Amino acid sequence: MNAIDLSRRNFLVSAGAATGGLSLGFHVTLGEATGQGVSPEVNAWVVIRPDDKIVVRVGRQEMGQGTLTGLAQLVAEELDADWSKIETEYPTPGQNVARKRVWGDFATSGSRGIRNSQDAMRKGGATARAMLVQAAANEWKVAASECSVDKGVISHKGSNRSTTFGKVAQAAAKLEAPADVKLKDPKDWKIAGKPLLRLYQDGKVNGAQVYSIDFKIDGMLNAAIRDCPYWGGSLKSFDASAAEKMPGVKKIVRIDKNAVAVVADTWWRAKTALEAIKFDYDPGPHGKLDTAGINAMLDEGLTAKEAFVGNQSGDVEKALAGAAKKIEATYTFPYQHHATMETMNATARWTADKCEVWTSSQNAEAALATASQAAGLPLDKCDVVRMDLGGGFGRRATSQDYVRQAVLIAKEMPGTPIKLIWSREEDMLHGCYHPTTKCKLTGALDKDGNLVGLHMRISGQSILATIRPEALDKGRDMATFQGLNAGGAEGKLGYTIPNLLVDHAMRNPPLRPGFWRGVNNNQNAIYLECFVDELAHAAGVDPLEFRRRMMKEHPKHLAVLNAVAEKANWGKPAPAGIYRGLCQHMGYGSYVAACAEISINAQGTLKIHRIIAATNCGHAVNPAQIERQIEGSFAYGLGPLLMQEITVKDGKVVEENFDTYPILRMAEMPSVESIIAPTNDFWGGVGEPTIFAAAPAVLNAIFAATGKRIRTLPIGAQDLRRA
Amino acid sequence: MAKININGRVVDVTVEPDTPLLWVIREQIGLTGTKYGCGVAQCGSCTVHVDGVATRSCALPISAMTEAQKIVTIEGLSPNSSHALQKAWLANDVPQCGYCQSGQIMAAAALIAQTPNPTDADIEREMTNICRCGTYNRIKTAIKQAASAARG
Ligand code: FES
Ligand code: FES
Repeated sequence: MNAIDLSRRNFLVSAGAATGGLSLGFHVTLGEATGQGVSPEVNAWVVIRPDDKIVVRVGRQEMGQGTLTGLAQLVAEELDADWSKIETEYPTPGQNVARKRVWGDFATSGSRGIRNSQDAMRKGGATARAMLVQAAANEWKVAASECSVDKGVISHKGSNRSTTFGKVAQAAAKLEAPADVKLKDPKDWKIAGKPLLRLYQDGKVNGAQVYSIDFKIDGMLNAAIRDCPYWGGSLKSFDASAAEKMPGVKKIVRIDKNAVAVVADTWWRAKTALEAIKFDYDPGPHGKLDTAGINAMLDEGLTAKEAFVGNQSGDVEKALAGAAKKIEATYTFPYQHHATMETMNATARWTADKCEVWTSSQNAEAALATASQAAGLPLDKCDVVRMDLGGGFGRRATSQDYVRQAVLIAKEMPGTPIKLIWSREEDMLHGCYHPTTKCKLTGALDKDGNLVGLHMRISGQSILATIRPEALDKGRDMATFQGLNAGGAEGKLGYTIPNLLVDHAMRNPPLRPGFWRGVNNNQNAIYLECFVDELAHAAGVDPLEFRRRMMKEHPKHLAVLNAVAEKANWGKPAPAGIYRGLCQHMGYGSYVAACAEISINAQGTLKIHRIIAATNCGHAVNPAQIERQIEGSFAYGLGPLLMQEITVKDGKVVEENFDTYPILRMAEMPSVESIIAPTNDFWGGVGEPTIFAAAPAVLNAIFAATGKRIRTLPIGAQDLRRA
Repeated sequence: MAKININGRVVDVTVEPDTPLLWVIREQIGLTGTKYGCGVAQCGSCTVHVDGVATRSCALPISAMTEAQKIVTIEGLSPNSSHALQKAWLANDVPQCGYCQSGQIMAAAALIAQTPNPTDADIEREMTNICRCGTYNRIKTAIKQAASAARG
């Protein structure tokens, strides 16, 4: 084995492993807990070591989206730090609770990682800078206002003196924090706003990075689990007589009524023994459920009388009755699975007075609450060490079920650390599925081809009804209307339509739904943007022009659309055989647009050549990482368009692995050209917004190429030969 | 009991003969850079070299291995991340979550060893590993850059 240069975070993890876990004591400050006893904490966000290394504490979670680097840039910016001296550290949720949530919310979802932390963290950086400068000024007996800072060096011109952050950090830590600090104007940014490389990449190219699934601790055993695969079903009994005798098996436990776990010395042995167990299930009330049945349930909702209203103006019924031309179409978006590359897993150690968990979660505070509940111990007797994630995409934000299971298994073997790993099959069968919905759209065109009335009836599953019922508004799930709202900073409809009704017939099949990168924007953008394309063609108006007519009051939506249209040379002939399609949408506070360029050969094979995408996310903290997120979001978002679908048969999910749930691979990946067009007057999200622009743009390009409207996803084996 | 040759060392392992090489590497040898993704030879996260050939180790039982076969994992690809691909990966800021990247790099290393000047079509044909973060375009760029660096 090579000697590996461990990154600091990996070092902390290894150190934790060697000493039996990072110290979880609540009365220990972080500086001490991480073996940096002499490093003063200038404030909760900033620790400065004598060697001038700066440790930025980050509450949000890195999972490949670059949030960690972006947040560190913002703190470094306000500090006027030397970027090469920046490191980061994750406080645990237990430490956060013990310190009255000084690091705020840990939830890393909804593209909020940077935008909802930037204010507190920039202030943390600016406050620390002020204290460091004050400490130097005190030492020199000069006014702080006469001192300047550059790359972590504090100078006083008048007396020609200088010092470093590391030298004054001790003194600074003892000072009172100033009540008010002024944040920099983003146009003066030198570190933030720059396309810096991501932190901690080394361990990802040499195998040293320790993900939760790689975690090791002395005395650890491994567990494999099978929960009842029937939604709403139960485990009647199981026969483990053969499994018990298999090599390495230590214990077989039934937890949460319906799950059986095998604990063994290695995971492979645990999994092998699990497969030797005979299970007898009662499929329960949905034992006959299949995809056709779910579709029938949704179809009924498309014309049902009762529906929750999300956005309404004018009188859509009247507009439709008086239309010069009435257009109607129904679209379907199927269930999706997150399929994070690292399957769900967690390590737990339980004793009667302490519960420790090591896991990869998008919400370590939720993991802590889950652990506490499963452990039967108060919050201050539990903690969760935050490990690197092999992908999140919303799965590890929706449910901490894997943490619960690990703790329940560990509880059966007090004092022994248990690492529970879900097999891919277990992961596929117990997902938090992107919900399935359908949408019936009815549009009214006047004699000049203007859209004067639109009814969007969405029918299908609500995520909140199952996952966060307390967030429902008198039964209504406002998240269903993402991107279709009349107003608000999060996702406003970008068109002015005089008579409009967007409503939702909630139909909840028993599968557990979840937040899947982009969430309800994914299908809402397809429904609206493909239908707008249909309307434009029905009106005989160019799709760009048709949109522009409705966008006079939506300048930010229009600006990104114009940007992609211009870069794509929209309106000028495309190269032979290439066809284009457009989309614009707003979500997670950001404005996005895309133009797809595709070709379809005589056999009907689709090739997506290029997607030009624009985003206005307000402030662009790291344009390079934003670019990566745009590309990555397309790889994720084109899957449901091209090939991915979760189906149901006999009450359970059919697709158990990547042979039946194919994932987009390199050969299908289009080239992506990004236009990052921040207007610097708001904070929008990055990880998700562009995902919803890709699929509608491609579908509209398919129509341009073939004259065919694909309204049921995925495209799969549908015939794309020219009509 | 089996003997395997991994990253230049011969190691004795005591496992059931049907244990996949992946789990021998992760659980017996203790090298966790090689990842589990699917267990059915679909995703490529578990890719290692067996006598220089990119091999999905989750689908290879240890009983099918001989001591003469040389296994190389991501940890053994180079000292200090100095392989041209690792350098290109860093220069192009390829990894996102990074979970798939050991497998991607091992697949790419076998490709450029076989085909020193790969075309886009060669790369797309050989690089079938899944990346859920969607780093494919940067992987392609990094492979081409590394290949040209390796050719000098
Ligand atoms: S784990 Fe071996 S190919 Fe997926
Ligand atoms: S970098 Fe996350 S799966 Fe490839």
